Amino acid sequence: MELTFRRNEAYQALRSEMTPHESYIRRREFLAAAGFTGAAGLLGGLPAHAQTASAQGAAVQIAPGGAMKARTSAYTVADPTAAEQDFTSYCNFYEFGMDKDDPPRNAGKMNVANWKVTVEGETDAPGVYDLTSLIDYAALEERVYRHRCVERWSMVVPWIGVPMWPVLNRLKPKPEARYVQFLTRLDPSSMVGLGFGGLDWPYSEALHLNEARNDLAFLAVGAYGKGLKQQNGAPIRTVVPWKYGYKGAKSVSTIRFTTSQPPTAWNTANPSEYGFLSNVNPNRSHPRWSQTMERVLGVGGFNPQRRTEMFNGYESQVAYLYKDIDLIKFH
Amino acid sequence: MAGNAALRAFGRLWLKPLTLLALALPFIFLAWQWIQVLTGIDPRAMGTDFVAYTHHFLGDTAIRVLLITLAITPLRDLTGWAPLALVRRRIGVAAFIYSALHMIAYLWLDQNWDLALLWEDMVLRTYIMLGMLALVLMLPLALTSTNGMIRRLGRKAWDRLHWLIYPLAVLAVAHNLLMVKVIYGAPLVHAVILAALLAWRIWKLAAGQRATARA
Repeated sequence: MELTFRRNEAYQALRSEMTPHESYIRRREFLAAAGFTGAAGLLGGLPAHAQTASAQGAAVQIAPGGAMKARTSAYTVADPTAAEQDFTSYCNFYEFGMDKDDPPRNAGKMNVANWKVTVEGETDAPGVYDLTSLIDYAALEERVYRHRCVERWSMVVPWIGVPMWPVLNRLKPKPEARYVQFLTRLDPSSMVGLGFGGLDWPYSEALHLNEARNDLAFLAVGAYGKGLKQQNGAPIRTVVPWKYGYKGAKSVSTIRFTTSQPPTAWNTANPSEYGFLSNVNPNRSHPRWSQTMERVLGVGGFNPQRRTEMFNGYESQVAYLYKDIDLIKFH
Repeated sequence: MAGNAALRAFGRLWLKPLTLLALALPFIFLAWQWIQVLTGIDPRAMGTDFVAYTHHFLGDTAIRVLLITLAITPLRDLTGWAPLALVRRRIGVAAFIYSALHMIAYLWLDQNWDLALLWEDMVLRTYIMLGMLALVLMLPLALTSTNGMIRRLGRKAWDRLHWLIYPLAVLAVAHNLLMVKVIYGAPLVHAVILAALLAWRIWKLAAGQRATARA
């Protein structure tokens, strides 16, 4: 469904002149002045279907751990899913500390209620959006994906969310936009790990728009039938299953469309080890971890070893994106 | 002086067995965690990734015991408590045993005894190579750590051979530093402690040379 922004000259002028934050505040005033009341009114130029959802009472952000309904999808994996406890207790989210059990301990302090996402860059629809206006909580689907970490372990995770491209498309990237960058929220009051100095904050990840257009690219708001916990990237994160886990940006607070390749966190920190593409590739070895095998976590007993597949098993869906690219050189 | 005599007696009688017990504690702790996981008493005793947990635990223990070995001489000199020297060798041997267990855990749990994978890891990953080299250098030191071997080699040759602990400790700490995505926390602390222990020896050596020059 095509997004229709309110065609109001004063509002359009405001939006083009103001910084995103101001424009958000002013938009509220404008809308209030125009007589819009209630949650749906405050959302501003929101997707039409989100307004519908709101009318059904479903356009309410679901809290971390809150029950979340989703229809099943065709995306499943034959292997067993990781235990939920492993998914929520074994996390890389360096803003909350460097050890796997730091984020579960620390991230809960981040307040994710009434989440806003700033949309900026090469777009005809810049502004600050309520998460509920981007994600239709009444139309969520569950997708069971393989998650392969560059650290040589993997989990099978039942994500809940929506396909990425329809959301991005409604945000009207300009024809010249070629990349989309996702920035994790920077919340110094809860992020106790910001001081370690290895990465630039806020955490940045990005995709070429052709990659974002692939149906596998996903915006997750939940997993295991519940709203995402903070340590897993509440309330919204990107999931790109054919790439190493760090390509998934957690707790996204900015979506920026760009014409050139944006800097991304691990690629900036160590370009020889972490490429921009970061496709799962057992044929390209890494100076720290062999990528030919992976330890499957969360399935009990001995962590079984499994051969890592090209594109993490999604080769038939994504190989076309890279058909003339040397994936060893452009890793 | 009665206190000092008591301390000396304690050193002679109890220091060796107590050191042995202390050195075995990390192993006993790890074994207990494994028992809990394998018997199902607590399947999560080692968290989600018990392979990584096990070999990191053994590696951390190995490097810490190695650093303690290197700290014995400075401690003895600073405290003047001579019996400390009696336990230096057994601490060193324990460092070797934990290093060997660390490598076995890596070969078994991580590499599945797959020699092709091991070769790839050795060649492509500098930190694996450094760790292997450190372990190889430790082997002759561990093998010559009996009273009999000291007699057979003679004190001078033995000292020369055991000087290898300095380069191998540097290799071990480098192995530790290079394996992490971002240098922080424990590996950094290990490096700082090693630097301090080596600096102390260089300082002693220089002081000794100054004293010789004066005399």
